[in-house]
Amino acid sequence: MPTDQIQYKSHPDNLILSEPNKFKPGTLRSEEMIINLGPQHPSTHGVLRLEVLMDGEIVKEVVPHIGYLHRCFEKHAENLPYNQIIPFVDRLDYVASMNSEHAYALGVERMLGIEHQIPKRVEYIRVLVAELNRIASHFIAIGTYGMDIGAFSPFFWLMRDREHILRLLEWASGARLLYNYMWIGGLFYDVPVGFEERCLEFVNYIKPKLKELNTVLIENKIFVERTANVGVLPLDLAINCGVTGPMLRASGLRFDLRKVDGYSVYPDLDFNIPIGEGKMGKTGDCWDRTQVRVEEMYESLKIIEQCLDKLTKEHKRTRDFDPQALVPKKIRPKAQDMYVRAEIPKGELGFFFRADGKSDIPFRCKCRSCSFVNLSVLPEIAKGILIADLIAILGTIDVVMGEVDR
Amino acid sequence: MLDQFLSLLSPVCQSEPLADDASSPQAIKIATQDLVKVMDTLYHNEQTYFDMLSCITGIDNGPQAGTMEVVYNLYSIPFNYHLMIKVMLPRERPAIDSVSHLWKTGNWQEREIFDMYGIHFNNHPDLRRILMPADWQGYPLRKDYKHQDYYRDIKIEY
Repeated sequence: MPTDQIQYKSHPDNLILSEPNKFKPGTLRSEEMIINLGPQHPSTHGVLRLEVLMDGEIVKEVVPHIGYLHRCFEKHAENLPYNQIIPFVDRLDYVASMNSEHAYALGVERMLGIEHQIPKRVEYIRVLVAELNRIASHFIAIGTYGMDIGAFSPFFWLMRDREHILRLLEWASGARLLYNYMWIGGLFYDVPVGFEERCLEFVNYIKPKLKELNTVLIENKIFVERTANVGVLPLDLAINCGVTGPMLRASGLRFDLRKVDGYSVYPDLDFNIPIGEGKMGKTGDCWDRTQVRVEEMYESLKIIEQCLDKLTKEHKRTRDFDPQALVPKKIRPKAQDMYVRAEIPKGELGFFFRADGKSDIPFRCKCRSCSFVNLSVLPEIAKGILIADLIAILGTIDVVMGEVDR
Repeated sequence: MLDQFLSLLSPVCQSEPLADDASSPQAIKIATQDLVKVMDTLYHNEQTYFDMLSCITGIDNGPQAGTMEVVYNLYSIPFNYHLMIKVMLPRERPAIDSVSHLWKTGNWQEREIFDMYGIHFNNHPDLRRILMPADWQGYPLRKDYKHQDYYRDIKIEY
């Protein structure tokens, strides 16, 4: 279509008809009103629209309207061979693509039955880059959260440090955000020469910076007063709503799929699972959720150090090492249903595959996205709070709309 | 483990639940009318205690087969059990009972299946489209889906 023509005739009813409000003005009581938040609002972290029923400053109901970033992942996946779906998987959680790729590659490898044949060096590189990306994702979560509630400088500091991670990953894969680095059965490339040393430099650089972050933001009195006892998510509600990841752990359950399922080389690595303990207020409040993310970054650094140790000693770079050696020429799993899950920075990313055994294309590829499920808890915990706290709670859910809408 | 689940479930089912071998995790096929009773047992029984509903998947087997499926992936945190429950539906006017009274996460996940497949969930508290616009025509993930040519004067190209 030529772009100089009018492609869309605007009409005032279009918005109302395509996504109508749940509450109608005629049915409200006289002191109630509907506030529309988003879809274009910096504190909604993307295109999320919240329909908020207010009584003065008190929130009575929140109705999230999603789907503004729906890109038909599942429909595309039903028309593409397994290896060509990986770039689409990148675009689900676009700030932590490596982790999503890891989950997807794990699923297809398990269907093919080659999960345990993957060379250890490949798996250690996968875990290394995935954990780097986990730190980058948590940087965004904490940085934008600080900005949401008024702390501006930590955002810049975290973006500066995130840039180092993105450059490392760009060096390895060629792209800054959407990598297509992990292939089914292997990797696109081995990591470049000198990557391990630079990675170690980064680890040593970032440790004092994290301490600095703790002092300036996490344990800052203003931040604690703002987030402690706000948006408390009780554990039973969290489990019932299917919440996973740092949100579930902040509610006090030591549940991490890297430990529980022990996929990839995680059983060989030594790391802890931080949980929320209600240090500043009640367990499961906004402060706990932020704190769990910060603690997780330390654990990720521990994992990275161990991976680097393995990659420079036991599973050293050799001349004849081919990261694509096990990549199958034809990816055709036998007929089966498979649900596979893995821990990405936001929680449990699951893929449900149905293979018919006759083609290279999945019959069905469902993505169980953690942001989608985590966001569904918002209407439950946002009843009877102040509207300013609604923003504070939404920030700690850490939604990435690309993954919510798929 | 699967035999234990089957022996637990067969008293509450009207038609016999069947084991399905070609799945990972292990799967049980049940009839549509038994769904709520089965889920209630799995959720409340102290030997199973499936407290987490990980994922609900809708599947369209195409107009030739004439069936649709809904697949529930359950997980029990205290026992570390996985279980897949499969329900077969007709393709004409598919309807199934909602499980959102047991797991609140069912609410949005069922809405998504309604949105994509047009499967109606009985007793659902708030069955509206979730990802597609409210006035979208058709159910996009059905195998015989044909998209409309124009949506609000926007030409749809694929």
